[in-house]
Amino acid sequence: MTVEEVKLQAAKANGGHGAKDQFPIGMRVLAVDDDPTCLKLLEKLLQHCQYHVTTTGQAATALKLLREKKDQFDLVISDVHMPDMDGFKLLELVGLEMDLPVIMLSANGETQTVMKGITHGACDYLLKPVRIEQLRTIWQHVVRRRSCDARNNGNDNDDSSKKLQVASAEGDNGGGNRNKRTSRRVRDDNGDDGDDSDENSNENGDSSTQKKPRVVWSVELHRKFVASVNQLGIDKAVPKKILDLMNVENITRENVASHLQKYRLYLKRLSVDASRQANLTAAFGGRNPAYVNMGLDAFRQYNAYGRYRPVPTTNHSQPNNLLARMNSPAFGMHGLLPSQPLQIGHTQNNLSTSLGNVGGVNNGNLIRGAHMPLQDTSKCFPTGPSGPFNSFVGESPQFPDLGRCNTTWSTAVSSSNVQELGQKDRIVNGPKLEPLSSFTEASSQIPLLGNEMQSQVASLASNGLPMPFTQEAVPFAYGSSTNSREMLNNNLALSNSGINSSLPNLHIDGSVFERNIDGSVVTRQTLDGSNSGGGGVPPLQDGRIDHQAVNSHLNYNNELMGTSRLQRGLSGGLDDIVVDMFKLDHADNGVPFIDGDWELV
Amino acid sequence: MRNLRLNSDSRRAARGDRAGALIRTGRILSRLGYLDEQFCQVEDLQDEASPNFAEEVATLFFKDSARLISNVEQALEKYPKDFNRWDAYMQQLKGSCSSIGASRMKSECMSFRDYCGQGNVEGCMRSFHKVKREHGALRQKLEAYFQLLRQAGPAGAATRPGM
Repeated sequence: MTVEEVKLQAAKANGGHGAKDQFPIGMRVLAVDDDPTCLKLLEKLLQHCQYHVTTTGQAATALKLLREKKDQFDLVISDVHMPDMDGFKLLELVGLEMDLPVIMLSANGETQTVMKGITHGACDYLLKPVRIEQLRTIWQHVVRRRSCDARNNGNDNDDSSKKLQVASAEGDNGGGNRNKRTSRRVRDDNGDDGDDSDENSNENGDSSTQKKPRVVWSVELHRKFVASVNQLGIDKAVPKKILDLMNVENITRENVASHLQKYRLYLKRLSVDASRQANLTAAFGGRNPAYVNMGLDAFRQYNAYGRYRPVPTTNHSQPNNLLARMNSPAFGMHGLLPSQPLQIGHTQNNLSTSLGNVGGVNNGNLIRGAHMPLQDTSKCFPTGPSGPFNSFVGESPQFPDLGRCNTTWSTAVSSSNVQELGQKDRIVNGPKLEPLSSFTEASSQIPLLGNEMQSQVASLASNGLPMPFTQEAVPFAYGSSTNSREMLNNNLALSNSGINSSLPNLHIDGSVFERNIDGSVVTRQTLDGSNSGGGGVPPLQDGRIDHQAVNSHLNYNNELMGTSRLQRGLSGGLDDIVVDMFKLDHADNGVPFIDGDWELV
Repeated sequence: MRNLRLNSDSRRAARGDRAGALIRTGRILSRLGYLDEQFCQVEDLQDEASPNFAEEVATLFFKDSARLISNVEQALEKYPKDFNRWDAYMQQLKGSCSSIGASRMKSECMSFRDYCGQGNVEGCMRSFHKVKREHGALRQKLEAYFQLLRQAGPAGAATRPGM
């Protein structure tokens, strides 16, 4: 065994590719099973396969062993039913912490259980009694994983593995290549038995079967990212270089690549916004998808918005308030508390805040807020303020007001714009965003109409408006183009930070924008916080939004951003904004979404 | 692998001597249904490092299964009609049985679980009794089997498959 172990190590030194012949010999396996009979048998079988076996009857011991001697095992085989810990749980932990291939073992061969194993990340699922022939091939999982790693780290440019969706949006830098590579990787990775990972794929959409801990694009991280990108020049920024510049550990090129994609989309959206009056809308647009997918119940009702999408002059009875607000001089954009409402996109909170501000006029808030907050919260939503609104549009039927606001705004365009943005956001963010459950919570709190909205907004806000990019927004907002959006973003950033302070629960996730690509994605990310990669809406963890805080933030944001945008967009642009916002949301709902540029309808 | 290659059934059974008789005994047990192919696999794993591997596994099995059986028994008493619990305990026992190749016992375990699924208390009780009975019977037979093997002594050991 010693000799074999040495050989194995040599093989490893070669990256595991060189000594293929010897590799399976001496592979170090940890076997976990509470049944002593099975364990003994398994041990013997594995020894007969010439593996190096360590056994334990308890999951806790297994974890301890793995944690202490991380590099001393190549593979773990574990029973499903164990008294001290569920086998699936162990499976997850091992995958996350040690990133080792895990094979499940059970006497229970029901499809459901097997499925569960695979979705939790098992490389394989064996039925008891295990036969030696089956164990002879388990080494393949180790090799596969290793080569996946090698491939992931070795890739050179932008091939964020599974950003197929992004490819459509991005289109640059060999989106085609990306796709190809992705599909290739998928094929390779999923070689045999569901190398799981689908479920556990990173935010970055890392399709590999490895379970890497999700990369959380914190504000700090995003700031570094943006700084690196700016330093390289947005056109020349490639993931590898960015990664080098950033000089952060635990981030792969893949992570950077996907983040970059989102970022690019975000910038694109910004520029689109800037060109249009509906900067806000754009912002919202991006967000909307995210929000929409957030699955906020409240937002679901937002479908109403969609309705008026097509009709610019939808009737927003509710928006009256909003309009009033909007029209009020101070209101301008401010009234909407764009920053905050927009944040909803990020974290639903924004929504609530915006809503809150708007009061009855959800739409108004949303739209406005969406624009404004979005901008500020652009950090959160790369896609722009529309984010928050997006979510609204798509999902929250609860914002009937918004729909109504449309009439007030009489801006079908804006909604369409918004939608577009939302869409873009979605596109940008490959990572799958699931409807944020937390958002749901938040959404419910966000009464669409007036007062309700406020509370909802508040709840959203409390959930942690995703303002991940607070800081970042500032840098790139100011530094880069003169997009009003950027400015707004900055404002948002500012406002976000402001909001953040007031809403401790808000979690600003710089990566929010990333996530918004498809609304749902965003949602999840922000919500979870852990997923923050997406930069979606910050998880509404608390679900409680401090109305006042949010409102005040929004106001602040409005002021910050408001001017340029508001002035631009306001001139009758409110309608546009509203429309846009709604449009964005709609996109999520599957309402015909205006592809491509966000256009003010 | 070497061991496995040596463990060919025909080779074993062909022996006309006592070892061959022992091997055939094992097969008889299989034919009677007490044990199945899995037990042969277990025996095949015997090698120089663990010459009594099958017996060790069997001993371990009986010890552990006694515990599992008593778990089921207690559950039947303490948690009337808690089919889920009963089923869970029985599942553990069934897993153990399949590892060693105790086929008759395993099928009784399975019918117990079926009754659990149906919510049939009477059926559960009946099949549980059968499980216990099969357990006892298997234990008896395997003990006799291993004793024979031991008595075969070095000669028997030498001719044992894989040895």
